[in-house]
Amino acid sequence: MGMILKNGIVFDPMNNVKGEKKDILIENGVIVDKLNERTARVVDVSNKVVMPGGVEIHSHMAGGKVNSGRALRPEDHRGFVMPKTDITRSGSGFSTPTTFMTGYLYSKMGYTTGMTAALPPLMGRHTHEELKDIPMMDKGALTLLGNNWFVMRYLKEGDIEKCAAYVSWLLNAVKGYAVKIVNPGGSEAWGWGKNCRSIDDPVPHFDITPQEIIKGMVEVNERLCLPHSVHLHPNNLGRLGNFETTLQTMKIPNGTKAAGDRQVLQVTHTQFHSYGGDSWKTFESKADAIADVINKSDDIIIDTGFVTLDETTTMTADGPMEFYLSGLTRLKWVNRNIELETSPGITPFVFSKKMPTASIQWAIGLELALLIEDPWKVLLTTDHPNGGPFIRYPRIIAWLMSEKYREKTISEVHKAVNKRSVVPTLDREYDLNEIAVITRAGQAKSLGLDHIKGHLGPGAHADIAVYDIDPANLNPNNYAEIEEKFANTAYTIKDGEIVVKDGEIVKVVDGRTLFVNAKVDPGIEKDVIKDIEYNFKRFYSINLANYPVRKEYLTRPMEIRT
Amino acid sequence: MKKAKGYGRMVTDVVCPFCGTLCDDLEVVVEDNKIKNVRHACRIGSSKFLAMNELKRPNRPMIRKDGSFEEVDMAAAIEECGRILSRSKRPLLYGWSSTGCEAHFVGIELAEELGGVIDSTSSVCHGPSVIAIQDVGYPSATLGDVKNRADLIIYWGANPMHAHPRHLSRYSVFPRGYFRERGQQDRELIVVDVRKTDTAKLANRFVQVRYGEDFELLSALRLVINGKELEADEVAGVSKEDILELADRMKTCQYGTLFFGMGLTQSYGTHRNIDAGISLVRDLNHHTKFSIVAMRGHYNVTGIGEVLTWQTGYPFAVDFSRGYPRYNPGETTANDVLQREEADAALIIASDPVAHFPKKAVEHLARIPMITIGPHMIPTAQLSEVFIPSSISGIEEASTAYRMDTVPLKLRKVIEPPEGIYSDVEILEMILENVRERRVRQMEREKKAGEGR
Repeated sequence: MGMILKNGIVFDPMNNVKGEKKDILIENGVIVDKLNERTARVVDVSNKVVMPGGVEIHSHMAGGKVNSGRALRPEDHRGFVMPKTDITRSGSGFSTPTTFMTGYLYSKMGYTTGMTAALPPLMGRHTHEELKDIPMMDKGALTLLGNNWFVMRYLKEGDIEKCAAYVSWLLNAVKGYAVKIVNPGGSEAWGWGKNCRSIDDPVPHFDITPQEIIKGMVEVNERLCLPHSVHLHPNNLGRLGNFETTLQTMKIPNGTKAAGDRQVLQVTHTQFHSYGGDSWKTFESKADAIADVINKSDDIIIDTGFVTLDETTTMTADGPMEFYLSGLTRLKWVNRNIELETSPGITPFVFSKKMPTASIQWAIGLELALLIEDPWKVLLTTDHPNGGPFIRYPRIIAWLMSEKYREKTISEVHKAVNKRSVVPTLDREYDLNEIAVITRAGQAKSLGLDHIKGHLGPGAHADIAVYDIDPANLNPNNYAEIEEKFANTAYTIKDGEIVVKDGEIVKVVDGRTLFVNAKVDPGIEKDVIKDIEYNFKRFYSINLANYPVRKEYLTRPMEIRT
Repeated sequence: MKKAKGYGRMVTDVVCPFCGTLCDDLEVVVEDNKIKNVRHACRIGSSKFLAMNELKRPNRPMIRKDGSFEEVDMAAAIEECGRILSRSKRPLLYGWSSTGCEAHFVGIELAEELGGVIDSTSSVCHGPSVIAIQDVGYPSATLGDVKNRADLIIYWGANPMHAHPRHLSRYSVFPRGYFRERGQQDRELIVVDVRKTDTAKLANRFVQVRYGEDFELLSALRLVINGKELEADEVAGVSKEDILELADRMKTCQYGTLFFGMGLTQSYGTHRNIDAGISLVRDLNHHTKFSIVAMRGHYNVTGIGEVLTWQTGYPFAVDFSRGYPRYNPGETTANDVLQREEADAALIIASDPVAHFPKKAVEHLARIPMITIGPHMIPTAQLSEVFIPSSISGIEEASTAYRMDTVPLKLRKVIEPPEGIYSDVEILEMILENVRERRVRQMEREKKAGEGR
């Protein structure tokens, strides 16, 4: 039986629908243009905002590191709990919610697809076990490759083809979706307690620089025609004056052609990479410099990594950075060096409104979003849970849509924001169409999923969010209402089924697991597998046969072939 | 799977379901559903596989009637489990360390459904490590990282030669690694223990700490490493000279790893010892690279911690009595729930608390109705109301387990379980279904009673 969403005000930026009254027709889990209207179920969404389901592009929601973060902080779980109901499981956690709860919370906000931000290949099975326990969403995993020994060796030898064959083999082995690079070279250097502090700092023992790794991986990514671009966390995250490293990094892929209709590089959580100053007293926003480059570039997009001014649990595959941060705060610190691959770290952090740095960090995220003109180049993330938990997305939307709300927050945070950021001078307010771009359409396009996600045209998956907002009577000064409406959908529809109604979960469903299978030359693949077999035995601590993740760990596996 | 003539078939890359080392290079020769030979495994591991041929295992569920066990069919046993658990106000679901994560999933769902307490053997093992980690963190590494990089290995309060026999040869001391091409010759082994264990006999340096004074020695090392003057002439039975030398060795290595065991977690000071050990490693990271790894015992004790954490937010001792997960070690830990005589029923799986818990806890277990699920007639089973024999995960069932460094591995099925024997997962699923049916019936009865009024 089909379904008709009747009389909604549709925001579908990919199909250039900007707030038109329109019916959406659904049949067999996809959106269609024709339907037997007599048998279809009619859902009246008059004067409500209808958008494609939200797409999360970067969130640490599943995997070994996230789980260590959960185990590390019972204090994060005590005050934020969800009891069991007849259909939903219980859960706990504010900045690191448990798996079931993660699915429910995203779904309540209208999100229907999500990428977990960092899968260390050796721990792939763990990540997929957790993803299996995240209901309500289609999901995939960005796969860590920026400090991988095989990758660094092939790139040093200049063998792009072999490197590509290795990446293709690896993504398929661990059922990953895209190439993620975190602190290229630096996380390997952390194996010796060191770091790479510039893009030309050589990686100890590997005779390669971060710049060469990034350049090589961008080429590999495009040669394999992967759906997503390289997803890059540059060197020097969180360091004073790091905007220069970021600017240099953004020049690296210069001229590389994208294999699809998307960017060649996504610089992730850019807020953490837009810092000026040479001491904490002169710490300032350089978002304008970054935004300037993005405005002029056709090849690079960013996601923001907003700071939401909360107490949170920072976690990243950038091990040296977490050690540095825990040294500043003297709070507890977890490190997880993973053989041949990466070295994640975890430490709690309080983004306090009283702190000048945290206040400026909050401003930088907003500046990036307000200064970059084209919303397709700015994707909304908090780098969950690093800048703040994903449940704060509605609040960020309210900040972006309401200058009045920003003014109120500016009056509450440290006065340093007035001098060392430009956010008080910005009067841009996002409209609903732009919000739809930065929360779903832009993400889907960046991920190369725009044929099925992030739009409401025929053929798209029927993943839809309906918000109880009447665009005709929307007043940006009512920011509390905006936040409340985006936090609880009137309806969330997943694969054509109503799963959330009036902010309550009414049906629990399993999403798909998306992974890529990239084609490479079989001859080269054979050589590379021989090389993998030889080196795996010597340097890994498990057998090669026990490394790949089999499909039984995935829910509704969906292979994306290139 | 290879075929060897005259030897039946050979299953390769088998993961050993015994200790937390989780060796994954075993080769098992099988003929007529019998294990003929096991290659590469240590003595403990191979005996787990080979004992399968000799052990007489119970093959039917049993229910206690008039004081002695009576064999029953599966349906009757499940019915009895459902009856016991549904009546209970505060059931304890304990064990979980020697079974796969697939069983944990069902177990946690069952605990949630019942509003009970679920706890694992961590509670009486590395629980203090978890508590210390929640205080100060855990700078750790995978075992392959240690193999490739470490030039200094320390075992503190751990005797892997007996408890994790292949740990030294696979990951820490003997193997050649990328940066340690000569294997053992490129590394130094230091053992700290209260007596000269078989591991200590292999060490380049053995440090004998006085019993119960590990915390003092760890603190003295921290003092020296942080550049302070050590005023005492000896600490915990170790001379000042030795402490200075040890501290210097730790500071000047290229990559060190501290493995610690139950000698540290369960001796005087418990989680304070681990706190000091972790803090020592953290301090050392200001001078060189150092990591710390807990020597987890049962092959999947790490797994139950991981699964509980991602499903409930807490690694052990989770109480569902309020409908959402709560965690408060000392209150919601198995021993406390038993010794306070709170638990009014227990489900024990993949462990043997009657053989290992303190007398007071065991006495309470003997008083309350208890269900035991496991392959063998262990002491806990003998005190139970219901015993359901199960197949052996990792040998008779494929499943997932987490190594001591949280590397997840898929355990293989090598042979078929004996006829009529179900897996832990199947048994738990049947119990869960029975409990749910009872709840639905109960609700219907209440509804009818309400209508009648």
